[in-house]
Amino acid sequence: MKVNSPLQVYKYLPQTNCGECGETTCMAFASRLIDRSMKLEDCPPLLTDEFKEKYMELESLLAPEIREVIIGTGEHAKAIGGDDVLYRHQLTFFNPTKFAYDVGDTMPEAELVERVNKIQNFRKFYVGNFLNLDMVAVRCVSGDASKFAVAVKKVSETTELPLILCSFDPAVLKAGLEAVKDKNPLIYAATGDNWGDVAELALEYKVPVVLFSPDLDKLRSLAVTFIEMGIKDLVLDPGTYPQGNQLKGTFDRFIQIRRAGIKEGQKEIAFPLMAVPMNTYLVYDEPVTASYWETVLASVFTVRYGDIMILHSLEPYALLPEVHIRDTIYTDPRTPVKVEPGVFEVGAPAKDSPVIVTTNFALTYYTVESDLSSNKIDCYIAAVDTDGIGVEAAVAGGQLTAARIKETFDKAGFDFAEKTSHGALILPGLSARLQGDVEDVTGLKVLIGPPDSGRIPGWMEKSWPPKAK
Amino acid sequence: MTKKIKLSELGSLFGDLDVKALEGVKIEGDVELDLGQVGLNPQMAYALGHETTQIALHLMNISRILGYPVDRMPGSSTTATAPKRLSRLIDSKFSVGRIEEWKNPIQEVVLGATSSDGGTRKSTITLGGENALPYYFDSPMPHRNHITMDVFDMPISMAKAVKSNYEDVMESPAEWAKKVVRDFGADMVTIHLISTDPNIKDTSPAEAAKTVEEVLQAVDVPIVIGGSGNPEKDPEVLEKAAEVAEGERCLLASASLNLDYARIAEAAKKYNHVVLSWTQLEINAQKELNRKLMKQCGVARENIVMDPTTAALGYGLDYAYTNMERIRLAGLSGDQELNFPMSSGTTNAWGARESWMVSSPLKEDSDWGPREYRGPIWEIVTGLTLSLAGNDLFMMMHPTAVQVLKEITRTLYGSKENEHVDISNWVSAVV
Ligand code: B12
Ligand code: SF4
Repeated sequence: MKVNSPLQVYKYLPQTNCGECGETTCMAFASRLIDRSMKLEDCPPLLTDEFKEKYMELESLLAPEIREVIIGTGEHAKAIGGDDVLYRHQLTFFNPTKFAYDVGDTMPEAELVERVNKIQNFRKFYVGNFLNLDMVAVRCVSGDASKFAVAVKKVSETTELPLILCSFDPAVLKAGLEAVKDKNPLIYAATGDNWGDVAELALEYKVPVVLFSPDLDKLRSLAVTFIEMGIKDLVLDPGTYPQGNQLKGTFDRFIQIRRAGIKEGQKEIAFPLMAVPMNTYLVYDEPVTASYWETVLASVFTVRYGDIMILHSLEPYALLPEVHIRDTIYTDPRTPVKVEPGVFEVGAPAKDSPVIVTTNFALTYYTVESDLSSNKIDCYIAAVDTDGIGVEAAVAGGQLTAARIKETFDKAGFDFAEKTSHGALILPGLSARLQGDVEDVTGLKVLIGPPDSGRIPGWMEKSWPPKAK
Repeated sequence: MTKKIKLSELGSLFGDLDVKALEGVKIEGDVELDLGQVGLNPQMAYALGHETTQIALHLMNISRILGYPVDRMPGSSTTATAPKRLSRLIDSKFSVGRIEEWKNPIQEVVLGATSSDGGTRKSTITLGGENALPYYFDSPMPHRNHITMDVFDMPISMAKAVKSNYEDVMESPAEWAKKVVRDFGADMVTIHLISTDPNIKDTSPAEAAKTVEEVLQAVDVPIVIGGSGNPEKDPEVLEKAAEVAEGERCLLASASLNLDYARIAEAAKKYNHVVLSWTQLEINAQKELNRKLMKQCGVARENIVMDPTTAALGYGLDYAYTNMERIRLAGLSGDQELNFPMSSGTTNAWGARESWMVSSPLKEDSDWGPREYRGPIWEIVTGLTLSLAGNDLFMMMHPTAVQVLKEITRTLYGSKENEHVDISNWVSAVV
């Protein structure tokens, strides 16, 4: 964005401090715009005719350096790009990298449907949410436009995930577009050879389009030309080479393009970047090796500026690290991830149900909570206010203490004598050293659970209910 | 009349006409405007001067004619233009500058000493020396990344996928060390003296020092000497180990703020070793410890490596990554207390349940697949991510992870030639 202080933004706001946005002052709202935690649309007065001009000026001042491009429609649409910084600690990165997995138009129908279902059904629980995959890339392997159209149609009937239509043949792309006219797919790709026809398609169907060229002069020429023709929803693929010096060249290009866009404000090249890690399959025959290297490339370009990727392997050992490295890079470093402290019920706890103590660090809490609920263990969980710090660090740092544990139950009005028949609580294995203190302060029986909450079910078979006092 | 003017001069041109409304118009860069060609003459400008939006509109039209992207200028939404068709690509050249702020190189640190330098190692390893973020085109890295593999002075519990590689050598640190160098291509060996922990075996420092001697005899690569992590015991253990390894330029792991770091610094100075300055995910603590090692303990700059702590993928890697990236950027930009090479306990990746558990404890999760493949890639991605943040030395455990991390870091470093691969038709490849 072109502004960096709330004061610069404040000038354009109504300055009435009416509070409709939920902030008490316009200045406060201005800082929320700067850190991108609120949008212009959250200030109703600004949307009136009176402020139309200011609104439009602000909109342009606040627009992210890297253009945001939308793929798909409605609630299934996915945004890519939209970043303002080169390093996540300078603000945060926006719009996590979108992972598209490929299907080929030569696949037998049943196989194709099965693969699409695998893509859309994948999920991995993490910090209160499921990590998912985002898109399906349909590749024209057959070279046959009508075959391609059939495959595209089948995929779109099977899933609501946004699509990428892949072919260098404009006639093939057109057939595909006809099959999913209103779904705003991303088309791949315009090159130095086919750009004129592909541009026509982008204009006619009003869809975002990928420009492909490992030669950056050519890539920039394509972008400038498309912009000139009024096509703004562009994605750049500077070519992902699978190994050696060619791969190093790819790495260089990602850094160069993003630096040009963000640091130097070169609008002509400030678009989302696409990586194609599945190109490892061009050089490695052995599937585990190809998959491993694909994940390695996906990780490199998740860290360094890839906004959207086309991948192949659906092996869990590829998907799990991929979704996690993306979460790592795109988690907002400004906000500690914590949950409200308190005592919560899992399932329908009865008097003989266990009482579990943990911290209010979101990663810890949700991990423990889901381990318990997924295994159908009825119980109480006490999320102790550790300022959002996990078990081990909170014991080391003094936020998980006997006093705070007692306070959590007291504040919640949780009376062990009334709610339980056993008068016991379970501490995390990694906080074993608090056992004596907690016994002294609460007067309860204190059990030490396993180090990892995933092991609670097994542990309970042996150690629950507690032996009578 | 043809007069060339720059857009940045437009403001002053219209300034005479008292056009307040220009405040909202912003066009960047020194685009040259040929007023004659577009037919915008002073009279016209004057006429426009009365109408804010009109000026904005005209400026946009001008810039559009010049091929300047105008979608982000105010008012553009009100002007829908019919798309243009072009028959030729508009020629454009790409160029981008280097980062001027990176003026302060990372300190070079040599580990190991050969006979000519008073040691017995066959070769040495140099870390650091960078002038840019790792693998960046601004300035090539002078030294590649290195990997040191973990060896323990007693059998320990470890993930099954890791253990299967070491079952035959677990009882002998010397054999273990040989194996990682000979079979797994380790650049260095880390001997962890964990049995010295009073809560484990309470092995005496003298006894532990013997293990260090054995390892030094078993292999001729530089070594890292690690304590047990017990803050009371570590100083005396490392002191004794440093003594028997005199002159070898080992990396002593670690000095930290919660133990008597001065004693470890002293041992390093006295017996010619390098200190690993270890803090836990906090940039200011890292600065503080480095400063104390230099100013208070007199450790020379070329004898310091940092370990800012590694958290596993999915278990805090976001903290570890950003901490390292910030440290490296600060170092490159001139912070003399942070421009040291970095080391990562990449083995921590095996602490994440995704790396070692047979299957997900959650029924709602998709299948996690075989852990034999999950574990190594967890270690790879953890290390690789930190390598991009600036980490130089990796402490690792799984042979496959070591091999892959080596390959990718050397590729990005620029020392991997490859046969030319044609990707121009990847779309139709049969996979
Ligand atoms: C990320 C991290 C941090 C982050 C913390 C972020 C946060 N919000 O918590 C930051 C950078 C802030 C940090 C700071 C510190 N850290 Co720290 N940190 C880590 C790290 C890398 C990962 C911890 C983590 O997030 N684990 C994941 C969560 C989900 O695990 P968890 O909370 O333990 O929950 C699991 C189990 O406990 C169990 N569980 C949880 N609840 C329950 C309940 C029951 C009943 C049962 C049975 C089980 C159970 O199951 C959960 C899932 O597996 C670890 C090293 C490692 N282990 O890899 C060090 C580590 C925890 N930190 C450590 C230290 C010393 C510190 C500091 C004191 C350092 C310092 N001097 O500044 C500070 C303390 C800060 C504070 N308390 O204010 C030490 C602790 C050493 C010790 N054993 O005493 C560790 C182990 C590193 C080390 N090897 O030295 N740290
Ligand atoms: S709604 Fe708009 S005018 Fe009202 S306080 Fe918020 S920013 Fe100011």
